[in-house]
Amino acid sequence: MDLDVTLLARLQFALTIMFHYLFPPLSIGLGTLLVFMEGMYLRTKDTQYEQMARFFTKLFAVNFALGVATGIVMEFQFGTNWATYSRFVGDIFGSALAAEGIFAFFLESGFLAVLVFGWDKVSPRMHFFSTLMVALGSIFSAVWIVIANSWQQTPVGFHIVGEGVLARAEITDFWAVVFNPSSMHRLNHTILGAYVLGAFFVMSITAFYILKKRHEEFAKKAFTIALVFGAVTSILIAVSGHFNARMVATYQPAKLASFEGHYKTGRGDFHIFGIPNEREERMDYAVAVPGLLSFLVHDNFTEPVTGLDKFPKEDRPPVSIPFYSFHLMIGFGVFAIFITLYALYLRFWRNNLFGKRWLMWVFVFAVLGAYMANQTGWTAAEVGRQPWVVYGLLRTSEGISKAVVGEQILASIIMFGFVYLLLFAVWVFVMNSKIQHGPDSIEMPAETSGENLLEAAARLANPSGPSMSLAKQEDVETQLVHESISPKFQAPQKRETEEGK
Amino acid sequence: MDLHIVWFGIIGILLAGYAVLDGFDLGVGILHLFSKSDLDRRIFMNSIGPLWDGNEVWLVVFGGALFATMPEAYATAFSAYYIPFMLLLCALIFRAVSMEFRSKNERRWWRVMWDFGFFAASALATFLFGVAVGNSLQGIPIGADKEFAGTTLGLLRPYPILVGLLAVALFAMHGSIYLYLKTEGGLQQRVKHWMWTTFGIFMTVYVLTTIVTLVRFPHVVRNFETMPAAWLAVVLNVLMVANIPRAIYKEKPFYAFVSSSLTICALIFLFGMALFPNLIVSSINPEYSLTIYNAASSQKTLRIALLMAIIGMPLVLTYTAIVYWVFRGKVEIGKFSY
Repeated sequence: MDLDVTLLARLQFALTIMFHYLFPPLSIGLGTLLVFMEGMYLRTKDTQYEQMARFFTKLFAVNFALGVATGIVMEFQFGTNWATYSRFVGDIFGSALAAEGIFAFFLESGFLAVLVFGWDKVSPRMHFFSTLMVALGSIFSAVWIVIANSWQQTPVGFHIVGEGVLARAEITDFWAVVFNPSSMHRLNHTILGAYVLGAFFVMSITAFYILKKRHEEFAKKAFTIALVFGAVTSILIAVSGHFNARMVATYQPAKLASFEGHYKTGRGDFHIFGIPNEREERMDYAVAVPGLLSFLVHDNFTEPVTGLDKFPKEDRPPVSIPFYSFHLMIGFGVFAIFITLYALYLRFWRNNLFGKRWLMWVFVFAVLGAYMANQTGWTAAEVGRQPWVVYGLLRTSEGISKAVVGEQILASIIMFGFVYLLLFAVWVFVMNSKIQHGPDSIEMPAETSGENLLEAAARLANPSGPSMSLAKQEDVETQLVHESISPKFQAPQKRETEEGK
Repeated sequence: MDLHIVWFGIIGILLAGYAVLDGFDLGVGILHLFSKSDLDRRIFMNSIGPLWDGNEVWLVVFGGALFATMPEAYATAFSAYYIPFMLLLCALIFRAVSMEFRSKNERRWWRVMWDFGFFAASALATFLFGVAVGNSLQGIPIGADKEFAGTTLGLLRPYPILVGLLAVALFAMHGSIYLYLKTEGGLQQRVKHWMWTTFGIFMTVYVLTTIVTLVRFPHVVRNFETMPAAWLAVVLNVLMVANIPRAIYKEKPFYAFVSSSLTICALIFLFGMALFPNLIVSSINPEYSLTIYNAASSQKTLRIALLMAIIGMPLVLTYTAIVYWVFRGKVEIGKFSY
């Protein structure tokens, strides 16, 4: 069999990184919200904040565990699939990765244990401190990995040693690597993206409770917190996005051109819609705002923007994937700003937000958009860097492992495909059961819902499985029916065994 | 000071930290099926519940440190052990999944299924670590271009398999001693029998492996000529192995745990002594071996990484100590348990 090793290795990387990246942004976003909730509890002693902190910690823990499990794969994969790349960048990229391990991972996973299992074992202050450390750890982790990735986008602070296949990048200036031209822009964009996701995640669950009239007071309070957080971060991320685009225009003009389907150098039009025609190098069915791209990049509606025609064919990124993913991200970004500002208006000026059922339904599902935007933003950034793995220095096709053959990669893709499906099922299943269970009331013994295998199987087999939001509604209904016909399942004392971790 | 040697040492410490810490939780996984009751199995899982995640970070940091300071060795080893490492990753993921999933349903077949998965993943991961160590000792085909020139099946030779079995026996013993510390009553008495059994199996495989190693690979002791102080590690190893049954017999399980931890450290030290200054030994031509010099990053990176380690390691030890302190004592099944 003649398999394209580069293509397979890229597919595998795309699969494992995109799957991995379902989890860390939620950990970052939810982590910061948890710090706020628990901090407010310590300040005000309002038990509703405690309820929030406890409830979202349970969801956080499941999400975090999967982030760790899938993250180990990422670290191994640089060596297994991209050995030549690893040799080339090890001197620089490796340090950032090691820093992530030593400064972020230990902090996170150590204190996570206290966060999840330590409610009854440590004082509330110590618990709050642990929450803070976990949130901080997840941010540190983003810091180091984004720095490492940004160095690949805009490499500085190094020199090349050796020639040909033996060429290696060696560090000359550590701080130049850390503060490379794109790292801080991309870092704030990544973290804000995670914050938006965290906010929409909390809003999705609480909007669902409001619609179902369950835990209403709790849900309204948590929704409001997340709404304010979501509105602020949605606006900030637009500002950050603007500066990112300018940075890309300066340092990676081919990438910006591929984001925008800007084939010919000239006035930059901003596409609202279009279908890239890669063969004829133009945009079909284009709907564009004339000159807006020029304005965004150069503050001037007519100044030319570099197009793909300035680059030799072999150095051009593909257009379709970056174009679509970039526009999907922007589309959600605009949607997020409008929907949160409208909801804020209803909440604080008209005071009838929670009565608007359609809007609550929108918020139940909007979290999917936030996931999509986090994924597509990275897709645009990474595919837009092609054909380079280290921009201008090392081609992706040169970075792969020489000792690895296509069959091995194919076999491992199939294996990971299987394991990740299983993992995804676990995640949906566990998250869903925790959401169905709802927050424990602090004074009384918790309400417990019966959970039998049929329901679990039904949920897993549910075609709308990929989103817990989609799966939620039907499950509540089946569960309510189930509870009404078999009340024996409702023994509160069973909480111990059923609730699990 | 030769930074290359310093980093060889730090990477060794990280590996030892991983083996001691994740060793006991992998060991608990290996022993998981030997207790039949659901409550016992829950106690086992909860004994490692808050800790396994942090323990696995040692592996991540070991990999990160190798990548940063010895990128050539990282790249060569990881692409050479492609299939074994992919299986290892799947096993590690599967362990996490089994623990999360098992408690979510009380049906018997459901729990048995995840119990089996938890056991198999733990045993497979441990075995693969051992196979990797065995291959490193025996040497693998590395060409002049620093690339692996062998096949996956070629890695499954008798000696690496023997070392894989040694790893399983060692971690099972280590895990049983840990379980003895964390359990009470009748279960603890049963675990006590396991300590003796696993110790017996470990001793058998340990002696066998030692003999095979010395007969077939006499080069493993060549560094002792230039560094006679290393014999202390051999003495320590023997004393610690001998102290395990003594401490069990005297009902001092904590000393037994310390002894088995130090046994692991001593074995990793001997592994390092056998390799030094190589990281990956080429079975084609010793000249092609990757050493701590020809596989290393630049001096500047070694210095930067050392600074990170000096700042980071005390912090890491502090968090680890806090977490182990918070979760000290016997396992209690409560509302946050698996």
